[in-house]
Amino acid sequence: MSILVGRDTLLVVQGITGREGEFHTRASIAYGTKVVAGTRPGKGGQTAIDGTVPIFDTVAEAAKQAGANTSVIYIPASGAPDAILESVDAGIRTIVCITEGVPALDMISVVEAVRRAGARLIGPNCPGVTSPGQAKVGIIPASIHKPGRVGVVSRSGTLTYEAVQAMTDAGLGQSTCVGIGGDPIIGTTFLDVLKLFRDDPDTDAIVMIGEIGGSAEEEAAAFAAEHLRGVPMAAFIAGRTAPPGRRMGHAGAIISGGSGTAAEKIAALEAAGVRVADSPTQLPRLLLEAGYRA
Amino acid sequence: MKIQEADAKSLLLAQGLPVPPWEVAHNPDEVKAAAGRFFASGADRVVVKAQVLVGGRGKAGGVKLAATPDEARAVGSSILGMDIKGITVRKVLVGAAADIVKEYYLGAIIDRASRRIVLMASAEGGVEIEEVARQNPGAIHRVSADPEMGLLAFQARSLGLAIGLRDPLLNPFVTIAQGLYATMKANDADLVEVNPLAIVAESGADGKPQQRLVCLDAKITLDDSGLARHPGLEALRDLDEEDPTDAQARKLGINFIHLDGTIGCMVNGAGLAMTTMDLVKHFGGEPANFLDVGGGARHETVRGAMDLILADAKVKAILVNIFGGITRGDEVAAGLIEARGQQSREVPMVVRIVGTNAAEAARLLAEARFETATSLDEAAEKAVAMAKAAAR
Repeated sequence: MSILVGRDTLLVVQGITGREGEFHTRASIAYGTKVVAGTRPGKGGQTAIDGTVPIFDTVAEAAKQAGANTSVIYIPASGAPDAILESVDAGIRTIVCITEGVPALDMISVVEAVRRAGARLIGPNCPGVTSPGQAKVGIIPASIHKPGRVGVVSRSGTLTYEAVQAMTDAGLGQSTCVGIGGDPIIGTTFLDVLKLFRDDPDTDAIVMIGEIGGSAEEEAAAFAAEHLRGVPMAAFIAGRTAPPGRRMGHAGAIISGGSGTAAEKIAALEAAGVRVADSPTQLPRLLLEAGYRA
Repeated sequence: MKIQEADAKSLLLAQGLPVPPWEVAHNPDEVKAAAGRFFASGADRVVVKAQVLVGGRGKAGGVKLAATPDEARAVGSSILGMDIKGITVRKVLVGAAADIVKEYYLGAIIDRASRRIVLMASAEGGVEIEEVARQNPGAIHRVSADPEMGLLAFQARSLGLAIGLRDPLLNPFVTIAQGLYATMKANDADLVEVNPLAIVAESGADGKPQQRLVCLDAKITLDDSGLARHPGLEALRDLDEEDPTDAQARKLGINFIHLDGTIGCMVNGAGLAMTTMDLVKHFGGEPANFLDVGGGARHETVRGAMDLILADAKVKAILVNIFGGITRGDEVAAGLIEARGQQSREVPMVVRIVGTNAAEAARLLAEARFETATSLDEAAEKAVAMAKAAAR
């Protein structure tokens, strides 16, 4: 099974002819992802990726003619909100937006439109979603994955790779790895992904990678305390030593007014029975201590 | 991006909000001249306020009253050049001192949890809202603006009623609250705060005493992601308060934050950069900076990042941690080798490069005799040991 993406994923790549779009589409196809279409307005009827992927002018055509049910967006920030809304309008159910630097106020309107349509948006400013052995949508390097039964959810990009690599090195495979993105306004939160993992018969344990800023980790902890007591869980929170009031790279990573600190998040997670690592390399050991057996 | 009070007030004024007149002065003579104009137009006293982008200037002595132009000059002279939390005061705002009847707090923020613009109001104005939130959270009232229709009048009214406002001040409050929302939208701000929003007593056009609501202070931060579509706002960036290394980092497209430690860090990705700092600390060291070279960094960026790190004389060791995804490890390795050939001083360095093109990177680094590490923990431990050895 896995969540969000898998064997049933039929992907349309918005921005397939761009530098990043083309590069990562090749990697997704090499991983076995079914890429059925790309879009590039005005170039409909042509092909991309050495003639293997048809290009459509619109997402609606890609959905209708190629059967696309999932989209990934490699469009610059100025066009990303429009790209998301085009996917929503075309009836795409799962939309993954890799683009960084989308203004937060735009995302407030976009997230609302996505919610009303009953679609799901991952990101923006995220590395994407991989269900190892099934499908890879986004930019997470293929080499770090191993198929298995641990669900991974993270607000960060390269830090996710670090954690997933540590798991794979320890022989712990993953069901799905989800990068939800580091912006203040995102389509899918920790809480949403935890619910999906809870309901996924192929996920037996969960790793969560958070960071300073906001209160999404605390909300996830409250959910874990109530609904995930029997599920082995380990977490890591980046930014224990971050100075308050400074934005640590991600627009969402800031300690403001004394809230959003790593200490608060760690305390909330530990109180919910989640083991919290001092380093991402400790995550596999903590999962085993929590009773998980691969 | 944070902007100064005077600039924030200009943005509020542009949306038609009631902001009393002010002038900005850069030296004591300008303070005196500005004060003279306010006294001439009927002010009893003037207020002189330090313009700095840090909170707590009142407590630090950066806000003072004066009863004559000469006193204003003296007060201005004491505030200009003052150090507030490490920032030297280079300009002050001068305005007529208001006759304050009561102070409120009103702010608009982007609320992550509800994914809405939320307006917050409190009858406990004039103090830091974080302080109110800690001690008396019930005193803060909130409404969420509709993503499509914005802040509706009835919502703003309910906020005004909740903090105790009644006719004839309720409708002006609604206008002000909607104006804060409009200011946020018009400028891609992520915070618009008026603290205090005050009821002031003054004499009306007919000479009779009257009361009205005015924005006595203003604080706005702009969403960096929105700046590109407001070219005019870039001019509000206060270069006086910006560390020169920050400007250099911005040009290179690097996220850089200067810290107090001895271990310079170069990392790709913000979360991993924070984690690298955390591990340095965990192993008994102190990071000298947060530095995210971003995705897809090429060798020029790496060289620029190395210059930024070495510009800090306190740096005793450098830790490079790259997990290649979009970023190619061999590009980073080539940049490091190039940078070492040109760098101003010799500092011990440990390099960890994994992920995309890591094997090629390892070969380059081995040929150039770089100290390397395989795991993140090992890299952090080595860097801490190097910094300690160098300090001896």
